Amino acid sequence: MSSNALSVETRPATSSTVTLPEKHTVTRSDLAEALFRRIGLSRMESAQLVEMVISEISDAIARGENVKLSSFGTFLQRDKRERIGRNPKTGVEARITPRRVLVFRASHIMRARMNGETD
Amino acid sequence: MIKSELVQRIADRNPHLYLRDVENIVNAILDEVTDALARGDRVELRGFGAFSVKKRDARIGRNPRTGDHVEVNEKFVPFFKTGKELRERLNDSPKA
Repeated sequence: MSSNALSVETRPATSSTVTLPEKHTVTRSDLAEALFRRIGLSRMESAQLVEMVISEISDAIARGENVKLSSFGTFLQRDKRERIGRNPKTGVEARITPRRVLVFRASHIMRARMNGETD
Repeated sequence: MIKSELVQRIADRNPHLYLRDVENIVNAILDEVTDALARGDRVELRGFGAFSVKKRDARIGRNPRTGDHVEVNEKFVPFFKTGKELRERLNDSPKA
C-alpha cells in the first residue's frame, strides 16, 4: 500500500521535468494556414487550393501516371506479382494477389533537408 | 504528370489566378510538407497518404567495387505510406 503511494507521488514529478520536443502532425488545415500566411489568400480559398492540389495529384496517380514534382519527389507505380505471404501474427500462409503499389522517392533536395543540410 | 502540368491544371480551374501565383501556391504547399519533415513532424493527408521521417542507424557499409569498409553515419530518410482511398483507386485503375 505504502509503496503504491510512493510511485504515484514520484511519477508526475519525473514526467513534468522531462520536456520532450513536441511532435506535431501536419494536416490539410496546416497547409491551408501556410497559404493564408505565405501567399495571402483568404482562408476559404487556401483550403480549396490545398484540396485541389491533393486531388489533382491523386487523380493523375489513379489514371496510372507517375507524378514527378521537381525538388520535392516522385510518386512511382509498381506492379507486384502474386506471391505467397504469411500472416505475421498467426504464421498462416496466404496468397497475396497481384497489385499495384505506389512508392515515393524523395528528391535529393528533400533528403538533404532531412539531415540538416540547407541545400 | 510533372509539376508544371500540375500547375497548369490548377490554373485552368482558377481563371482568376495568374499562372505565376498558382506556381507559388503549389510550391508553398510542397515546401510546407518538406519543412514539416525537416522538423521531424509527420504530415498526414487523409485519403492521400502520410509522410513521415525514418531514422537509419549508422552502419559499416562496403564499397561494392573495391570491397573497402566505409562508415555510414546515421541518417533520416523521408517515407510515404499510401492512404487507404488512394490505394484502392490504384487497384481499380485499368492496368496499363
